[in-house]
Amino acid sequence: QVRLVVPIAVAFSPGSVPGDLPRPLPFRDAQEMEITVNLRTSVTSHYKMVYRGTTAQEEAALAAATAREADAALRLLQDASIGSLTMYVVPETSSLLPQGISVYVGKHRSALVRAGGSLAALQARLQQVTQLMSFTATSMAAALSDRVPDGQLSPDARRYLKSSLGFEITFSLLNPDPKSHAVDWDIEGAVNCYVKPVLDKLSLVANFSVDSQILYYAVLGVTPRYDKESSSFLLSTHSLPHVINPVEARLGSSAASLYPVLNFLLYVPERSHSPLYIQDKDGAPVSTNAFHSPRWGGIMVYNVEASASPQASLPLHVDVDMARVMEVFLAQLRLVFGLSREELPAEFLLENPGNEGLADWELDHLLWAHTVENIATVSTTLTSLAQLLDKIGNIVIKDDVASEVYRAVASVQSAVAKLGQGHLHSAFQASKEAVTSSERAFFDPSLLHLLYFPDDQKFAIYIPLFLPMAVPILLSLAKIVRETRQRKKEPTKMD
Amino acid sequence: FQDQAEQFFRSGHTNNWAVLVCTSRFWFNYRHVANTLSVYRSVKRLGIPDSHIVLMLADDMACNPRNPKPATVFSHKNMELNVYGDDVEVDYRSYEVTVENFLRVLTGRIPPSTPRSKRLLSDDRSNILIYMTGHGGNGFLKFQDSEEITNVELADAFEQMWQKRRYNELLFIIDTCQGASMYERFYSPNIMALASSQVGEDSLSHQPDLGIGVHLMDRYTFYVLEFLEEIHPASQTNMNDLFQVCPKSLCVSTPGHRTDLFQRDPQNVLITDFFGSVRKVEITTETVSLDRDLAGFEREFPEDELATEPLKYAEQLPVAQIIHQKPKQKDWHPPGGFILGLWALIIMVFFKTYGIKHMKHVF
Repeated sequence: QVRLVVPIAVAFSPGSVPGDLPRPLPFRDAQEMEITVNLRTSVTSHYKMVYRGTTAQEEAALAAATAREADAALRLLQDASIGSLTMYVVPETSSLLPQGISVYVGKHRSALVRAGGSLAALQARLQQVTQLMSFTATSMAAALSDRVPDGQLSPDARRYLKSSLGFEITFSLLNPDPKSHAVDWDIEGAVNCYVKPVLDKLSLVANFSVDSQILYYAVLGVTPRYDKESSSFLLSTHSLPHVINPVEARLGSSAASLYPVLNFLLYVPERSHSPLYIQDKDGAPVSTNAFHSPRWGGIMVYNVEASASPQASLPLHVDVDMARVMEVFLAQLRLVFGLSREELPAEFLLENPGNEGLADWELDHLLWAHTVENIATVSTTLTSLAQLLDKIGNIVIKDDVASEVYRAVASVQSAVAKLGQGHLHSAFQASKEAVTSSERAFFDPSLLHLLYFPDDQKFAIYIPLFLPMAVPILLSLAKIVRETRQRKKEPTKMD
Repeated sequence: FQDQAEQFFRSGHTNNWAVLVCTSRFWFNYRHVANTLSVYRSVKRLGIPDSHIVLMLADDMACNPRNPKPATVFSHKNMELNVYGDDVEVDYRSYEVTVENFLRVLTGRIPPSTPRSKRLLSDDRSNILIYMTGHGGNGFLKFQDSEEITNVELADAFEQMWQKRRYNELLFIIDTCQGASMYERFYSPNIMALASSQVGEDSLSHQPDLGIGVHLMDRYTFYVLEFLEEIHPASQTNMNDLFQVCPKSLCVSTPGHRTDLFQRDPQNVLITDFFGSVRKVEITTETVSLDRDLAGFEREFPEDELATEPLKYAEQLPVAQIIHQKPKQKDWHPPGGFILGLWALIIMVFFKTYGIKHMKHVF
């Protein structure tokens, strides 16, 4: 039972104030919504809205020519703390938003909404936008997927990448035909230019480490089909799942660290199988020529342009266009993290985040999901640890295990409290600490129940040992007691 | 595309793991090692990589002095198939195959220094195959002739795994005498179990090889492997067919299975859900648009390293300290109450029974 508070500021620019406001500006309002995951778990979202008019500086920013410039100017004027949102309502006739678009979501934490006439219509639109920019019922269900009753899981939930303290990203170049292609890729430069900005932004969520490798003579496990019409080779969708396994054995992934690994492979097809295209279910070649697997990573096929003359000396030198490759890989990275921009209403326009890879509100999206997931994980872990210790009463709990448990409890309580106040960043940090402590306590090597013998086993071992020895002792004791009693009686008799 | 995605996601798992355990050692238990290695080969052939297989073997067959063909382990008479090969990766070998290590692998309570290949790093979307073979009895399984694991401990270990969501679905196969007793006590959800014989029955071995001199395989595993030979990564055979493998006429013992804890109908469970590793994939349709000019293309040349001190070999072994160290004084504890009381009782009874006059003979 967690309460998530989202502070939202709604600023009305002149000419956009709806006629049916309950109170004059500025005023506060709150909306609550309950998302039930199962019988005992529910997440309450509490939207703390502040309705006000725009300040003079904001109006000046909104007078910009395009929405993008307005967004950039407005960013400097907001208090953009993590988790909070600002909506600017522009008049219905405003030309800031293109025709047919009623909501523009910027790169940071603000959105421009076109006034809709009545307050109710505006509030409906505002709710849609807030849910998009923070969390929805499906994203919460995906985060808490192990509590959702089976059968109600959406495919989204199975794609969800569990939060972890760190991820290892491996870029691999697969060259099955080094005799024909001498492939050169400037991966270091590409990582520094394109990948690092994205990972820097994501560093709030987890630690990332990047490595790369080149594998020679690594073939796909599937033979592509030759298609006469397009004179190219095609890989159909249903053969894609079998591609990954033969390669995975050679990737050497997970040798370096204990963090989950995300693999991004670039495959340069053999000369005899060039050009190679991936077919989607309709039979058309996929524009990106790439596919990905949830929780694993992605593969992209890079076709080398056939050289003009067949007498060109082999091996051909190939310089990989890293920008094109990184566009696909970063998109796959986003998809693996669950940030998809597919299902949106038609009247929404999302700003392109550019080289940073993801918008601030998408980062918030991840943080909300991961914080809730961490809190749920900690409570499950500590509950099952308590049950284990109840069941096996004589397990010895070391001091450091006990202190980790206390720390986990304190951290999770602070995380829940901070969520209730709307401080997403500190709530996320507290939840990360709580998860680390609780995992360390639960997986401590000393808690193996095999090492502790239940009482009945102890009796079963010691009784056959001591009982035969105890029989003459007890009998003799009985004899002593009888004699003492007899002697006590005798003096009275002898009198 | 949606319903194809549904089909891909039917089973709900995204990765596969296998834990293959052979609990016997010594030359006359050759067949158990051959069993485990044959299952290992099948599982690798169907796609599970070595990094996702935890193989626990005593591994004393291939280089045993009694092995007429060193460095081989055959699973078929006439030495047709060498299942040892040269790419077998044994994670726990010889004396490391203990009940404690097995339970540590399952529950994850491993010391932090354990290498990654010895860990079971499954998550809540992993399907795990656990195969155990060796000598067993009613309710227990013998580990390397020195210890036993009981069915209660095994069930508790699975419950610990479930609590931490370390598996999505689990398939437990056991090929020992009275194997069905090992799965009687399971109580965690999503577990399916198969055993080679019922309680009170013995599992028998298949065929001896006169050249090697021992039995090479157990019957149940032999027929399971024949069945698996027909499975390839894309096949749609389901679990009901696996339950029919090895009827009483071939196996002499009655194989059993348990599916009441399993959520899905065995009809819908593919063999490759557990024995193979078929990934769920999606076509990537989005791209991120990168601004090539914006990306600062200044490749920072690494500055030449500042002059550092010359590197020295770290003092890892303070040899001087070790050599001259005095043995550590063990703290002396007075004997505990139980021992004192016992001795007082014995002495008192002795002297009371036989009289005080004997004391002068003692002192």
